[in-house]
Amino acid sequence: MAECVNDSDAEIRISYGDYVVLKRGDVFKSVQIENKKKVIFEKQWFFLDNAVGQLYGSMFEIEAGGSLKLKAAKHSGDSLDSKEAGQDNRHIVDDGRSQKLTRDDIETLKEQGLKGQEIVQQLIDNSTTFKDKTEFAQEKYIKKKKKKYESDIKILKPSTRLLAMMYHGREPGKICHLRYDTLAQILTLGNIHAGSKIIVFETCAGLVLGSVMERMGGYGSVIQMYPGGGPTRAGMESFGFPSHFHETLHEFPLCKVNTLLAGTLDLSEKDADSQATGSGNGRSEASQETSGVSEEKNSEPQNMEVSVDPQGEMRRVEKERLREQRAQEKKVKMEEKRKKLASAAALLEGRNADGLVIASRFHPCAVLMGLLKFVAPSRPFVVYCQYREPLIECYTKLREQGGAISLRLTDSWLRHYQVLPNRTHPVLLMSGGGGYLLSGTTVAADAAKARSQHKSEEPVAKRLKLDEISSSCDISA
Amino acid sequence: MSFVEYSEIIQEGDVVIIFLGHESMMPIKVQSGAQTQTRYGVIRHSSDLIGQRFGSKVTCSKGGWVYVLHPTPELWTVNLPHRTQILYTTDIANITLMLELKPGSVVCESGTGSGSLSHSILRTIAPTGHLHTVEFHAQRAEKAMQEFKEHKVSHLVTVRNQDVCKDGFGITGIADAVFLDIPSPWEAITHAKSAMKRKGGRLCSFSPCIEQVQRTCEALLDHGFEEICTLEVLLRVHDVRTVNLPLPDFGPEEGSADSSQMASDVCKEEVPNTGNTSVICRTAIPPREMAGHTGYLTFATKPRN
Repeated sequence: MAECVNDSDAEIRISYGDYVVLKRGDVFKSVQIENKKKVIFEKQWFFLDNAVGQLYGSMFEIEAGGSLKLKAAKHSGDSLDSKEAGQDNRHIVDDGRSQKLTRDDIETLKEQGLKGQEIVQQLIDNSTTFKDKTEFAQEKYIKKKKKKYESDIKILKPSTRLLAMMYHGREPGKICHLRYDTLAQILTLGNIHAGSKIIVFETCAGLVLGSVMERMGGYGSVIQMYPGGGPTRAGMESFGFPSHFHETLHEFPLCKVNTLLAGTLDLSEKDADSQATGSGNGRSEASQETSGVSEEKNSEPQNMEVSVDPQGEMRRVEKERLREQRAQEKKVKMEEKRKKLASAAALLEGRNADGLVIASRFHPCAVLMGLLKFVAPSRPFVVYCQYREPLIECYTKLREQGGAISLRLTDSWLRHYQVLPNRTHPVLLMSGGGGYLLSGTTVAADAAKARSQHKSEEPVAKRLKLDEISSSCDISA
Repeated sequence: MSFVEYSEIIQEGDVVIIFLGHESMMPIKVQSGAQTQTRYGVIRHSSDLIGQRFGSKVTCSKGGWVYVLHPTPELWTVNLPHRTQILYTTDIANITLMLELKPGSVVCESGTGSGSLSHSILRTIAPTGHLHTVEFHAQRAEKAMQEFKEHKVSHLVTVRNQDVCKDGFGITGIADAVFLDIPSPWEAITHAKSAMKRKGGRLCSFSPCIEQVQRTCEALLDHGFEEICTLEVLLRVHDVRTVNLPLPDFGPEEGSADSSQMASDVCKEEVPNTGNTSVICRTAIPPREMAGHTGYLTFATKPRN
């Protein structure tokens, strides 16, 4: 029997620089632990310094001055409920005067530094109707008040589950309304696993990229195709992956796909230069450079005037040296960029990727048709879109073009349940939609398109009848 | 070929999925000299499969053709021989995400059943994780082990033939996640807890009936589990098709414009069709019938001891 081996605490202690997820109730927030950094979460502000050295999963309460205090383990004994309870609400009248504490009283209690739990107890004691409420209603009342006044914060290690739930809850617009159960389908239908070579194109803040990287565990490679100046990775950074994960991550600009496919991709220095200026980083680099130059120009006449001054001469030499250094640095950066582009291009050129994941705000059709060319036969691909219609178009196009089978257009419904003794039912509110997926498997492209001419002999013949009604397109693929 | 690693070329001993078209597939084990009958004719393994690339088109004896696919847990799920009810990809996907499975995870599962979920777990936790799966039915346990060997994943899994409710998972303090798909999961919660790491972990229980969920949630609460959450996910498959909507004939109109003119104002895709007019519309329709319920998924977190 295997016994607990390396279950040491060291790996699960919070330290400076860590990316963590704060949890209060069902609300999450992702932050990086930094020295004396003020964090605002759920209308409260605090510092995370006291959490450093504590274990992940610990509960904290916020004290005056915004410092966190580790909460003593489980106080399950503190029951707030009184024993008395009513049978029904026939005698409960809503006169708006059942709570004898005023808003000001509550504020005063808060200012006195009373603990959340004590405030809740005060509210119960001062409620004239509480003891007449049914047991269930009492429980509901306490739960509601606790949620408002007890503001304990849990600090957790990031994971796809937490971050996907966080983004969906807080900023669905940033992730194209991709719901976490849909993300789950993407990862499974895409057969994302260690050791494969996956192409990802996403505009979901880097969440999809991060989830793919988590599933690959630092084995294999991920090529992120990006639109515009550079890839977005905030969501991926929030996972706090170890550095060796980043070595498996490559990037390639979408605007160079056509040249790569045509075999005319220029990887020379000059090309890398124009590439750099096109990118966000490059632009800031360039502007730094120009500002440096203009500075130089300004100081030039000054130097001329005081050229007798040996100190001025030294300063000039120093400046010259700095400029050279900067140019050198830029050159190194450029070289690095060129190398990165070359390595990503080399990975793509084999056209043997093990999977393709698309989840973006762009029309998926062109993206899919372009990127599918880099995928090996018999590999899964998954396209996410917030809307159904563009995926219908993708489906039709793929059927016409061939090279893909087992096409499925799906969406999923997610329903949560409240499970309590005698009070089990679906949760009142459910998400209206979590987006749509088109998934399929690549196959070897048909060399002889002529085959479609005698398709009556082919196994799809039976499907033809169905398809005459269901689809007007050629299904020889 | 392996279920946890892609390869390019089909080799002797591989399991391949023969794609016959329209959701019709069959798994076969590649053996030199062997033949497989399909409705499109015979596939001769030595000449038609061995040495071919996965994903290529194979022409059968009657002139029809099929595609040979690399096996994946998802393809296996729809092709495996059923020994029990199985979990399907939609539930599996959510279980995997919500249990936070990834390479290196140590997972406990019971029962093994037909191994549908097992293959998916193994794919996700490879190459450094391990699956401890418990199946009380001796024959099923034996069969599962045999399959894992054939699929080249047996180094990642230990199958135990015992009763999880009585004897537990056979390990203590090493699991990151536990999955239960048994008739009385509440009886296995103690064992699940002791199998899990001291620092904590995630648990999932799959039950078709709400009464089972109720008892499981109570047991989880009693054992100090947190973040208890029950959910259900349903998959809708949309059928992409072109539909024809005929336009009504209101008869000749007083004045100038006729009805077809009006319709073309509404929709540009008007097509004259044997005198009458109709509108062709590309859409996706949900199936007439769909799986409305598989099971409730209850998740929970075991806190640090």
